[in-house]
Amino acid sequence: MLNSLRMALVITRREVRDQFRDWRIVFPIITLTIVFPWLMNFTARQAVGFVARYNAPIVAARLIPFLLMIVGFFPISVSLVIALESFVGEKERHSIEPLLVSPLTDRQLYLGKLLAAMVPPLAASYLGIAVYLAGVFIQIGWRPEPVLLVQILVLTTVQAILMVSGAVVVSSQTTSVRAANLLASFIIIPMAFLIQGEAVIMFWANYSVLWWIILALIVVNGLFIRTGLAYFNREEMLGRELDVLKPGWAWETFKHEFIGQAHSILDWYRLEIPEALGKMLLPTIVMVLSIAIGAYAGTVLAKDFPLPPKLLVLSKLNQGFIEGLDALRFFSAAGVSSVWLHNLRVVVIATFLGIFSFGVLAVLVLILPLVLISYVAANMALAGSSPILFLLALVLPHGILEIPAIILAGAAILSLGATPTAPADGKTIGEAFLLALGKSTKVVVGVVVPLFLGAALIEVFLTPRIAVWLLAR
Amino acid sequence: MILTQNLSKRFENFQAVDKVNLSLAAGEVLALLGPNGAGKTTTVRMLTSILRPSEGWAKVAGYDVVKQPDQVRASVGVLTENHGLYNRMPAGDYLDFFGQIYNLKPAVRKSNILELLERFGLIAEARKPIGEFSKGMRQKLALARALLHNPPVLLLDEPTSAMDPESARLVRDAIINLRSEERTIIICTHNLAEAEELADKIAIIRHGRIIAQGSSAALKARLLGAAEYELRLATPLDGYKPKLPSGATLTSSGPDWVRYHVDNAQQMNPVILHDLLEQGLPVVSLQEVPRSLEQVYLQAINSPNEADIHYVE
Repeated sequence: MLNSLRMALVITRREVRDQFRDWRIVFPIITLTIVFPWLMNFTARQAVGFVARYNAPIVAARLIPFLLMIVGFFPISVSLVIALESFVGEKERHSIEPLLVSPLTDRQLYLGKLLAAMVPPLAASYLGIAVYLAGVFIQIGWRPEPVLLVQILVLTTVQAILMVSGAVVVSSQTTSVRAANLLASFIIIPMAFLIQGEAVIMFWANYSVLWWIILALIVVNGLFIRTGLAYFNREEMLGRELDVLKPGWAWETFKHEFIGQAHSILDWYRLEIPEALGKMLLPTIVMVLSIAIGAYAGTVLAKDFPLPPKLLVLSKLNQGFIEGLDALRFFSAAGVSSVWLHNLRVVVIATFLGIFSFGVLAVLVLILPLVLISYVAANMALAGSSPILFLLALVLPHGILEIPAIILAGAAILSLGATPTAPADGKTIGEAFLLALGKSTKVVVGVVVPLFLGAALIEVFLTPRIAVWLLAR
Repeated sequence: MILTQNLSKRFENFQAVDKVNLSLAAGEVLALLGPNGAGKTTTVRMLTSILRPSEGWAKVAGYDVVKQPDQVRASVGVLTENHGLYNRMPAGDYLDFFGQIYNLKPAVRKSNILELLERFGLIAEARKPIGEFSKGMRQKLALARALLHNPPVLLLDEPTSAMDPESARLVRDAIINLRSEERTIIICTHNLAEAEELADKIAIIRHGRIIAQGSSAALKARLLGAAEYELRLATPLDGYKPKLPSGATLTSSGPDWVRYHVDNAQQMNPVILHDLLEQGLPVVSLQEVPRSLEQVYLQAINSPNEADIHYVE
């Protein structure tokens, strides 16, 4: 372990020295370290003076910590450029091959590059924070709470790791610096959203939320680093010269996984579906646990944000309710397709979100209805009504099919989204993704879609009647 | 020291290397010849555990290239096709960096670096950034990098390309020295004279397959046929056609010379000499007509049918 780190640091030292020989890197780092904090000090001093005139010191009280965060963030933005260049830049200059033929392990090489891209901008960031703090202390006597200072330092560090680990993944998987720069949008845009969110928190002054952001970023950092290591492939790095779209190959790879060994639909259901479901055991367990946690969260929310009891009178559901739905032509094929397509649309949206979030956002989207059901059921209990009756009448009839469909859809998307973090087994990231897409689509098309259809039929034709029968009495 | 069995590499629909069999003992030098894109670099990359063979296996310095990649890479020194030097770094620092990567102790690192810089005439340039080096100096520095950790196996891609004649001689002498130190060397080159001078074995690769392999002399015999000999006489022949014993075939003649093919020169040449002397012809010299490796190479590479080409050994 120590030897591994020592070898990684050999790479880091060389790269850091090399960066300091390049004025194009040194100049922005110095500017962002010295000039920018000075500018922020000036801004803070002006802002304090300005708001004091209008007796609104709270604005200054919020602005100064916010600027502290910004002063920390700006220098680490340089790390993105360095990290994007780390592997693919060396590949373009042909200097990567001597490193690849050396006895350095993949882990040492990867870690060395990661640290090299991170250390100078992060050092500049800490220095910038120090300059800013010294400035505001001298000028207006402001000192941050120690906890806030720790939060900002940790947040800056995990953000730097996030950008660098993401950019190093991009750099190791592309064949040109240009392609890496284009793909960097997938890092820059989420980071921009994150900073905006953090800005809101800083002005809201609810600093404890920063810990949750830090925790989430640590998890994402771990996933990025795992992805980078899993798909770091010496062969790909040297063998692949051009990023070309190969629709034919992509379609064949997907089709091969989707159809598998089956010769007929019956074969497919007999051989392929059970095998695919078996391989999704772990994500299925994760989904079930997530639903359980979501359901618990629903009950907690019910205590914090109770619904007015008059909204929870279920005995209002009577024959008039059925007639109302009938007037809307709910009891028809159109009603079924509307419910069915709505559920499928949610699966599509969850898939899209899951691909870009290692599956995490998909899980959140899919468990949301169950959190709401739990929230309403808990409110029923708080209002003295029977939550069991509510569940039996309005959820269980179609839920028997819909809840398993949600669990399996979530498992399929989670499995797809988490593909980059799984061991590569010699496959490229694209190949592994297509295979996972084939497997997940198999489960969605073969099981989830029919289950949702069955659930929609029940939800349209049976659930309202069962609800009226049980609740109107 | 290097052993491969049916070593193959396929990139999707392209067979880059096809069933390559090599066997090299310590101290042997193999020249791998072939046109651009024939599979030389891919073969070398498999031998350095960068590319994973699609089929077959290879052992380098006793280590399996798939199962023991770290040991393989620690045992080979590689001069890559592109030197891949860091332009902003001084030459001495560059070698020191690789010395650290190869886990050399500081004292060993220092002495190896000094020795190599001295050997390749770069000692005065040790503090200069590599970006200021000429092509030949870069080539020498890259070669020094390959030798830095004293590897038992060297894989050299075009070791003297872009060098002036003096530097090229220096590098060739260095390779001869390395061979005498019992190191196993594979040289990929387009310089056929250099290959003939340095290599114990020649392997010609075309479309990923080794189509001819053996010593230079054996390849000449197999691909260009029986050796041709030339007899020079002290007096003109004046139209006289010398009679040759059976087993020898007259191929051409001039005013005072004749050339002939013979299958078994060791047995037949004394007989031929004796016969000609008996015919009263004053023989001045007898020598084999020189044949170049270039002829062998072109014969092998241009043959329309790979099956016509003989494997040697």
